[in-house]
Amino acid sequence: MPATWPCPGPAGLADEYVVVFDGARPVRLLIVPPLFEEMNRTRRFLVETQRQLDRLGIDSMLPDLPGCNESAQAFSAQSLGGWRTAMAAAARHFAATHVLAVRGGALVFPTRLPGWVLEPVKGTTILRQLLRARVLAAKEAGREENSADLLERGRNHGLELAGYHVGAALVAGLDAAVPEDEGQRVIGQSELGTGALWLRSEPGEDPAQSAALARIIAAEASA
Amino acid sequence: MTQTTEIDTTLRTLLSDVLGLTPVRAAALAADSGLFGALPELDSMAVASLLTEIEDRFDIMIDDDDVDGDMLGTYGDLLAFITRKRGEA
Repeated sequence: MPATWPCPGPAGLADEYVVVFDGARPVRLLIVPPLFEEMNRTRRFLVETQRQLDRLGIDSMLPDLPGCNESAQAFSAQSLGGWRTAMAAAARHFAATHVLAVRGGALVFPTRLPGWVLEPVKGTTILRQLLRARVLAAKEAGREENSADLLERGRNHGLELAGYHVGAALVAGLDAAVPEDEGQRVIGQSELGTGALWLRSEPGEDPAQSAALARIIAAEASA
Repeated sequence: MTQTTEIDTTLRTLLSDVLGLTPVRAAALAADSGLFGALPELDSMAVASLLTEIEDRFDIMIDDDDVDGDMLGTYGDLLAFITRKRGEA
């Protein structure tokens, strides 16, 4: 169910959206979504996973990262540090007992919670992909750009990447960040089935994959 | 399985993942099947995801200069590119 929660951001507290299945049950899972395009590609997959978890007796919360989705905050003001603060605050606000970080979410999730990391990805990989998309788009438009120069400019002044105004702090943060999992269990795509939804060019869904993920979490949370 | 067959199988699977193809459609990809420019869903962001994943799965590095219509125009072009890069590695 859509709800809002008071989320800290660069300009103070802001009401941010969150999809919540809350039955005040013992296991409460905070889901930290992937970054950029992968967040859109996995949206239906993750919300369906929440529905499946709900049927298995597990509460879950999927907050928007500040600046993303319906957020009232500016994307250009965001940084990995800001997202870490926001997700740590969400964990406290919702009294999460476990965490699931998906792909780039592994760069910003609250590491104090036990839980799972699904196909974590390095910040440089995300950044490289965004830079490459920009270089390709420029090439199509008949302009020459290259990733190295763009990265240098982005680290100092920020950069427009795949339609996002990415601030200098976020560029620099991504260039250095590695998944932060500390003892959380890494789940591989092969455990969910074939066809990673975060790769899909047009956002798709696969209830079987959502069910597989929910079953893994339900089984291991109560183990 | 020869190395080329192995690359072919992995690349078909990867394209199915990116494009959401059914196994039947993925198996039907021929050397002259058009990719970039022929498939509207294969925009610059989708190509960027595809190339990153290709680097990952085939353990190769793709430079900005490598990426053009000759490399991504058809399934055969892309397969030949990866096979060549694998040979250099």
